[in-house]
Amino acid sequence: MSARLDHLGLGFVAILIVAAILVPLLSLVVSPDSAFYLPPYLVQLLGKYLCYAILAVALDLVWGYCGILSLGHGAFFALGGYAMGMYLMRQIGTRGVYANPILPDFMVFLNWKELPVAWWGFNWFPYAMLMVVLVPGLLALAFGWFAFRSRVTGVYLSIITQAMTFALFKEFFRNDFGFGGNNGLTDFKDLLGFSLQAASTKAALFSASAIALILAYAVSRAIIGSKYGKALMAVRDAESRMRFIGYRVENYKLFAFVVSAIIAGIAGALYVPQVGIINPSEFAPANSIEAAIWVAVGGRGTLIGAAIGAIAVNFAKTYFTGAFPEYWLYGLGLLFVLGTLFLPKGLLGLALRGSEPKPREVVSVDAVEEGAEP
Amino acid sequence: MSEAGSPSLTQTLLYLDGVSVSFDGYKALRSLSLVLLPGEMRAIIGPNGAGKTTMMDVITGKTRPDEGEVMFDGRHDLTKLDEAEIATLGVGRKFQKPTVFENHTVEDNLLLATKAPRSVRATLFGREDSETLQTINAILATTRLTDHRARIAGSLSHGQKQWLEIGMLLAQDPKLLLVDEPVAGMTDSETAATADLLREIARDHSVIVVEHDMHFVRELGVKVTCLHEGAVLAEGTLDQVSADPRVVEVYLGR
Repeated sequence: MSARLDHLGLGFVAILIVAAILVPLLSLVVSPDSAFYLPPYLVQLLGKYLCYAILAVALDLVWGYCGILSLGHGAFFALGGYAMGMYLMRQIGTRGVYANPILPDFMVFLNWKELPVAWWGFNWFPYAMLMVVLVPGLLALAFGWFAFRSRVTGVYLSIITQAMTFALFKEFFRNDFGFGGNNGLTDFKDLLGFSLQAASTKAALFSASAIALILAYAVSRAIIGSKYGKALMAVRDAESRMRFIGYRVENYKLFAFVVSAIIAGIAGALYVPQVGIINPSEFAPANSIEAAIWVAVGGRGTLIGAAIGAIAVNFAKTYFTGAFPEYWLYGLGLLFVLGTLFLPKGLLGLALRGSEPKPREVVSVDAVEEGAEP
Repeated sequence: MSEAGSPSLTQTLLYLDGVSVSFDGYKALRSLSLVLLPGEMRAIIGPNGAGKTTMMDVITGKTRPDEGEVMFDGRHDLTKLDEAEIATLGVGRKFQKPTVFENHTVEDNLLLATKAPRSVRATLFGREDSETLQTINAILATTRLTDHRARIAGSLSHGQKQWLEIGMLLAQDPKLLLVDEPVAGMTDSETAATADLLREIARDHSVIVVEHDMHFVRELGVKVTCLHEGAVLAEGTLDQVSADPRVVEVYLGR
């Protein structure tokens, strides 16, 4: 199983490397008249898909390998996004509508006189990047510490992760909370001095996203391949058995959960400069559920399947919301139902099926096990 | 714990005194007392609901007793520790239903059970040394699973899974093994082989075996404790215990 999967993984990494080189070339070097020309808006769209793919890999690490169906991973993604957004806001400086060198426009509008403490240091890029990993990581650490020690599992854990993202969704809506309220953060100008409107910046962000996806995959794959990874999967399959062998199950879950949250935060940070806005709707519970659908469609417990699922579903979403906007949600629901019924291992399961020496056995054992304990 | 230094306690491996457990008013254990010496193998019999599994749960930290003492190795109060801590002290448990890691290979099942640091850091960055591999090879041979080492554990037969689970216990190298109905669902020849295996294990481990199958208990040939309604009804050789009129009544009287 895993040897074949690793081959596909190498292919996946190779495609991403090619894309990271080729896409900027097609966008910047090829003449706009050429059939191969990639317009900046398309580069941006593809970059957005890659960010979703990173989020999916993060979710698959905890769901596919540890059985933690987090329906709140959108929160970690959004927090990473906000940290990046705060840096971008402070970069605007005097180019804002109110031309205040320190305060972002929305604070001037709210008649605030001083920069809130939470915003200090965000004009400094390394500090902002530190927050991109620290804030989601610490939230996951605190949340997971309580949840896993209290032995909250299965559907109950899924529900409280939903509650977590919903609470943040409500909180970020408030103007008093200090992060732009309902409108969120937008009107960004530049990143490290490069204009976000420039085609070259868009191409660079795409390549950065591709590299981040490769790294997310490589880190997750290394974790899964270690003895820790074997123990993590054993926790997924028979948690109490692992306790009786002497493993501190809660620490195993906590580590995977925190790593996953950090990866999700990085995905969010790459996403925000490409879409040009971050607002509380990123915390919406539906976003996190959608991420779980990407993973299920692509094939959970495969990492690359999750990434492929994210790209495929979002590609379909872009197409269908343009072609038949009113039917997209039905299509998404149908995709989830059909995927669960006929593709228990997702799109990737389809690719693995033909080549497996004895696929029936492995696939059916997995399907029964996973179905019994979501 | 004033008598912690008394000889009766320090000589015992496992010491249960006056242990009571109730679930929503139902008394699963009523002032149960049991003493196990180092190196001893003990068979626990008793009808359904006698409290055999609850006793295992108390010893392994899954259930906290309402009252009573549970001491391990004369020093460790098991009522204050959780499952992982108790397992690390050297108490291994085999469940009634074989619970191996179905999606892992036979070898990986043993690897996870092998005595080694259990922290996240150790498993994340650690490498398997040749000693671990030798232990695994030896256990594969003992449990007759050498030819199946690369197989997914979920595809093993019922008897093989039982043996793999016993092998995992051996890999843990605990001081005390708790074995719950090891021959349930086994064929006669598998049962005999399992008895051999357990006797072999008992040479350098203390073992508690819970079993319904009287033939199997006779084959083990060890001291027997009969539980009934959460307390010890009789203790002695199998012949003594089965001659006890109260035991006969419990088994046949209903």
